[in-house]
Amino acid sequence: MNRDILICGVGGQGTVLASKIIAAAAMEEGWTVHSAETIGMAQRGGSVTSHVRIGEEAFSPLIPRGGADLLLAFEPAEAVRNLVYLKPGGTAVVNTQAVRPVTESLKPTGYDGAQMTEYLKQKCACLFVDGEAVCKPFGSAKFFNIILLGIAAGSGHLGLKRGSVLHQMSLNIPERFLEINRQAFEAGFALGEKESR
Amino acid sequence: MKQYVMGNGAIALGALAAGVGLVAGYPGTPSSEIIETIAKTPHEGVHLEWSVNEKAALEVAAAAAYSGARALVTMKQMGLNVASDPLMSVAYIGVRGGLVIVSADDPGPISSQTEQDTRRFADFCRIPVFDPSSPEEAYEMIQEAFEVSERYGTPVLFRPTTRVCHAYASVTAPDHFQPKPWDGFEKDSSRWVIFPRLSYANHGKMEERNRQIARDFSASRFNRTEHPQAVRAVLTSGVSYAYARECLKGREDIRLIRIATAFPFPEDFALKALEGAEEVLCLEELSPWLEEQVLKLAGKHHLNLRIRGKLDGSVPHNGENSANLTARLLREVFGVETAGGQTDLSDAPPLPVRPPVLCAGCPHRASFYAVKQAMKGRKAFFCGDIGCYTLGNAMPLDMVDTCLCMGAGITMAQGLNHVNEGAVCFAFTGDSTFFASGMTGVVNAVTNEADLVLCVLDNSTTAMTGHQPHPGTGRNMMNHTFTPVSIRKVLEGIGVRKIVTVNPLHLEESIRAVRECADLPGVKAILFESPCVAITRPEGKCAVRADQCTGCRKCIREIGCPALITSRGKAAIDRNLCTGCGLCAQICPVGAIGGEKR
Repeated sequence: MNRDILICGVGGQGTVLASKIIAAAAMEEGWTVHSAETIGMAQRGGSVTSHVRIGEEAFSPLIPRGGADLLLAFEPAEAVRNLVYLKPGGTAVVNTQAVRPVTESLKPTGYDGAQMTEYLKQKCACLFVDGEAVCKPFGSAKFFNIILLGIAAGSGHLGLKRGSVLHQMSLNIPERFLEINRQAFEAGFALGEKESR
Repeated sequence: MKQYVMGNGAIALGALAAGVGLVAGYPGTPSSEIIETIAKTPHEGVHLEWSVNEKAALEVAAAAAYSGARALVTMKQMGLNVASDPLMSVAYIGVRGGLVIVSADDPGPISSQTEQDTRRFADFCRIPVFDPSSPEEAYEMIQEAFEVSERYGTPVLFRPTTRVCHAYASVTAPDHFQPKPWDGFEKDSSRWVIFPRLSYANHGKMEERNRQIARDFSASRFNRTEHPQAVRAVLTSGVSYAYARECLKGREDIRLIRIATAFPFPEDFALKALEGAEEVLCLEELSPWLEEQVLKLAGKHHLNLRIRGKLDGSVPHNGENSANLTARLLREVFGVETAGGQTDLSDAPPLPVRPPVLCAGCPHRASFYAVKQAMKGRKAFFCGDIGCYTLGNAMPLDMVDTCLCMGAGITMAQGLNHVNEGAVCFAFTGDSTFFASGMTGVVNAVTNEADLVLCVLDNSTTAMTGHQPHPGTGRNMMNHTFTPVSIRKVLEGIGVRKIVTVNPLHLEESIRAVRECADLPGVKAILFESPCVAITRPEGKCAVRADQCTGCRKCIREIGCPALITSRGKAAIDRNLCTGCGLCAQICPVGAIGGEKR
């Protein structure tokens, strides 16, 4: 298998944990994995990306533009920003909830993400997720990363087994938060399965 | 044990596997995680420190290497400028134990002031340099670097780039590490005391030795050629090799040459690698180092070779390389199609910009705002420095007029003061930067009678690079506590007579302190003390009483806190971001913002 997964969002949304679990689960399944993260100044409210490359054919840490099989987008404008990485024929799993930039309060542009989701629909196969709605039962937007992971796994787009993802979650999430995260993953997984039917 | 680690982690594990006995460095993206990994990895008997700056780190490590221990020094490429004084000299003196200096380059630049190339430093100092292309290779290569250092008694440079430092891969390393034993320092003033006569003698030996190292490097397993029968060649180094491999996989009509030992240049290898080639495209980040070496080689050996790269305008000089750029250059230079298709996105809607900003509740915002308010309507210059607080330049604060390099704010404020009459000159420095290279600047100001206000933004950590401890924190990398070095006492000792300590989150008091200091002669210091919000528990949350908010937006216009948003024409606070610092509550003209303590 050769599979390139690009995860994108805004600093603080939990993209790093998601990419860590994906990389670890792929390794558990026996694949060679390379990855790369945004680190440094851009983490503070800026656009962030994680590149996860599964398989022997990946020599460089970054996915080339036009190379990603899957785009996991935590924010609609970030999905558009990184759409250039998606392979023609690839799939984007996208949160429809916009994160307004800090500059929005200073210089309002009216950005709300709707234009982005419309554009995405014309450009690629998309699976849209209403981040606010799916997080509601869990009481915090902090679980979105794990729910999205569940949706990607359940829909089959992630290409990884439920068991290996769950096992790696147990190794990468502190014990006291594990149960609720497991529930979040299962809820996402069920949603994903439903979407793929 | 197999571990999935960052490139910097691989370098750390490689150094431990090589038996390093002392590690010193100064934080700087993209190098900081090397020392942090060593701190987290179980080992015995390794001295580990964040030094006060890169010069100190290299001097500490050089003396350990004089004593026969293997020593590692880590820094970013800008840090090598600071360490260049001891580096030039230790290159002449040499070492007994292996001394490897990691200087992480940052093509792009992604988080640096310059796009300088550590390979040039190797040439300048006449010492060997290694250039890894991946984390896996970095693990092996740093062990080789220690071997070469010890074999030839010379410091060795090791230069990964951001995409190697911050990439993750699997590395198999031992579970247990112990330093290679050493026998201690032996007095020998004919060897360890640098004098002109010794430098003269050693200079000759260095050049002779470098010829031998170049021959060794010509046989290095890290230098290789693929598809030697092809007449068109690509010459690469570092992560560019990975990009080229990716673009050329499955093709045999392009020769792929990779040189990992940039200096001393492995001439014999290069000559053989280029045998029969008609055209070579040099793909390397930062400076055209390999390209220049091949030009020399072509002149010396009368090669009938067309050399393409940065010097003939085929390849951009600036910015980082990528698989896509490599594919484009292969197409433009060789007419070779390698990349797959891409979706046309020329019709994409305009995207929101997300510039990096000071965090919600960051005390630096409050410090800058207090100075700005106090100096309203007056001619004042604001000299910034390197750290999170460089972000004070963004609107609406707009409080950084100059930023050059570590510690420069304090000294540049003096230059501005001497030639700009009537302006109040401010220097902003962080606590870690103050210790790293700010203190000497204060001595300079006192000695040369500058009038300036020094604002120390003391958040009790080195925030930008990942919250490393420093002399003022009272805890070191051996996890020992010590009496923190007091910035106030340092300033008193230097002779700064006016020193005020304020909590920047108390706005009125801070503005008063700035006004008080601005008109006094000489050097005045304001210590703005409040811990970094990323490492402290929030004090509570603020909330806007919507019935009282008039929607004037003053809070938003004035301080640009990411937690302040507008909702139905009124100010609102994002509770996920707010730390309850209360700065906005002190700005609201109608008192509509209240605090809620935990």
